[in-house]
Amino acid sequence: MSSSPARTPFIVRLGRSFDARSWLLVGLFAVFALIVVPVLHLLLPPESPLHLSTYFITLTGKILCYAIVAVAMDLIWGYGGILSLGHGLFFALGGYTFGMYLMREIGRDGSYQSDLPDFMVFLDWQEVPWFWTGSEHFVWAVLLVLIVPALIAFVFGFFAFRSRIKGVYFSIITQALTYAAMLLFFRNETGFGGNNGFTDFKRILGYSITAPETRVVLFGLSALALIGTLLLARFLVTSKFGRILTAIRDSESRVMFIGYNPLWYKLFVWTLSAMLCAIAGALYVPQVGIINPSEMAVANSIEIAIWVAVGGRGTLIGAVIGAFIVNLAKSWFTVSFPEYWLFFLGALFIVSTLWLPQGVVGLFLRLRSRSRQATRPATSPAPRAPQPTPVEPRPAPPPAAKGARA
Amino acid sequence: MNTGDLVVSDNPDWDSGSAELGHMLKPGQLDLSHKVVLYLEDITVSFDGFRALNKLSLAIDAGELRCIIGPNGAGKTTMMDVITGKTRPDEGTAFFGQTLDLTRLSEPEIAHAGIGRKFQKPTIFENHTVFENLELAMKTDKRVWRSLMAMLDSAASDRIAETLQTIRLGAHAKRLAGLLSHGQKQWLEIGMLLMQEPRLLLLDEPVAGMTDEETERTGELFLSLAGQHSLVVVEHDMAFVKQLGGKVTVLHEGSVLAEGALDEVQADARVIEVYLGR
Repeated sequence: MSSSPARTPFIVRLGRSFDARSWLLVGLFAVFALIVVPVLHLLLPPESPLHLSTYFITLTGKILCYAIVAVAMDLIWGYGGILSLGHGLFFALGGYTFGMYLMREIGRDGSYQSDLPDFMVFLDWQEVPWFWTGSEHFVWAVLLVLIVPALIAFVFGFFAFRSRIKGVYFSIITQALTYAAMLLFFRNETGFGGNNGFTDFKRILGYSITAPETRVVLFGLSALALIGTLLLARFLVTSKFGRILTAIRDSESRVMFIGYNPLWYKLFVWTLSAMLCAIAGALYVPQVGIINPSEMAVANSIEIAIWVAVGGRGTLIGAVIGAFIVNLAKSWFTVSFPEYWLFFLGALFIVSTLWLPQGVVGLFLRLRSRSRQATRPATSPAPRAPQPTPVEPRPAPPPAAKGARA
Repeated sequence: MNTGDLVVSDNPDWDSGSAELGHMLKPGQLDLSHKVVLYLEDITVSFDGFRALNKLSLAIDAGELRCIIGPNGAGKTTMMDVITGKTRPDEGTAFFGQTLDLTRLSEPEIAHAGIGRKFQKPTIFENHTVFENLELAMKTDKRVWRSLMAMLDSAASDRIAETLQTIRLGAHAKRLAGLLSHGQKQWLEIGMLLMQEPRLLLLDEPVAGMTDEETERTGELFLSLAGQHSLVVVEHDMAFVKQLGGKVTVLHEGSVLAEGALDEVQADARVIEVYLGR
């Protein structure tokens, strides 16, 4: 490698992974999330038609966290061809590790006025278990959020990928892992509040957790985290690393025979994906106010895959769009027709698999290329297949990519 | 690497101070001091009792172009699997140069040591462009961190452009590899092999599906590579084998049946029997 291009600072290269139009969109989104939303929520009186309700902030903030998870899922599934049905675990672990801090912040304001979290008093414990040591410190909690899920993902991934477990088998063992973790967290003895989990949070860094200002800050942080996730993911998939990752998805043995060891590539993206989920989980818990083992339910992890499938695998923005579409539909359905939500979700998955192999984004691209073809002057013979335009994202994985049939 | 520098002491415990007598190899470095690039000795591979390879012994000289022929099921592809680390032999030894034990290395390690393989069915990255296929194959540090930070420098671009010209796909550099014709895919895979700069190329039916003209050009390319590289070509097309002209090894039921120039081999009664049936 010659030295001059390699010396370009990483931050500059990171910034270059978005083109000008993407930066414009990101900028608009940031202005909306960091300025418009706080102003409309905090400064306008509730009677005003433009006032944004707490419900809006909480719902959207929650979906922003889900969108981060969707991008993390897209990285390993859409680009790496690894379908994880265990991402709910890493999300929940991020939530739990940060939740420990929130529990300690309650202080003596709990029902039992004890220094210990309520559930420990209830279990008649005299002191916090060893793994709660230091959880009263915010910085330690943030470190745990980053380290614990990453460590678990690394160890699990190392053995799974080293044994060359692929496709459906990998999906099943990730699901089994998540299920086992859920059963473990349901037990009171595990030390994470059993089936009630953590709730009744009062403060974060001394600020009231239900104050409108705190909500707005958490919302803004979620938006920034989503932007950061997209930027990092975009950098990854446009780098040589990303090309190797998609090459592993399409033809792993070829990749090995040209000298790359897929183990480390998969492990890197897998661990990174788990960390992103954990960050999303840590942002989610203070906004929603509760974390319990049901976050590790099998259905939750499958739902993550559905967000990505609906939005469009192998396109990062598709993952975000999918997370928004499905979750907005969910919040409407579960209020209007609660008993039909799961049927709708199943139908959505079937429809997107059968007719929208590349999701909503794929549909949009197809419609656009068709309309362009239609508007082309009749004098020049229209080519049968329009040449891909430069702005078009990388072709999504073929419908038969590994794990897709799961 | 200059093979002239390579002198290896027979005594591994030799004091490294006497550098004139013996020289130290870096770990993983190919040692061609005996002018032999590949040794296979008594390799046996069984699948559920079926002996795909039966005490196969073969030596390929450095710079040699060797053709391997044999009827279906003779063990040609299994032999390549053993050399590239995909299949572990039940018995026998396989060495790359004097020092690298192929039975103990993984596929990426073997590729890194300098063995490139072209599969029978062209295996390229269909969702990547032709250019990107070559870029990924290029000899370089292939660890994760390097790939994350890698940027294409001008020397690398030149090398890719050069290879594109060699395999005559310059006009298709930006096309998705999946859209190429069968013969072009074969050429692209050969180009990927060239980008790896291997010392030993294993080519499994490289001209299958090519036109006569493409076949002839491929033969010319291989002949130009021999000498600098060692090539092992598995082929059914006798005209192509004849064009290549090197030594021919006939495999049958997992071991070597005959070896020699094509004319000699074709005149061998056992070979005729195997091919024509008894």
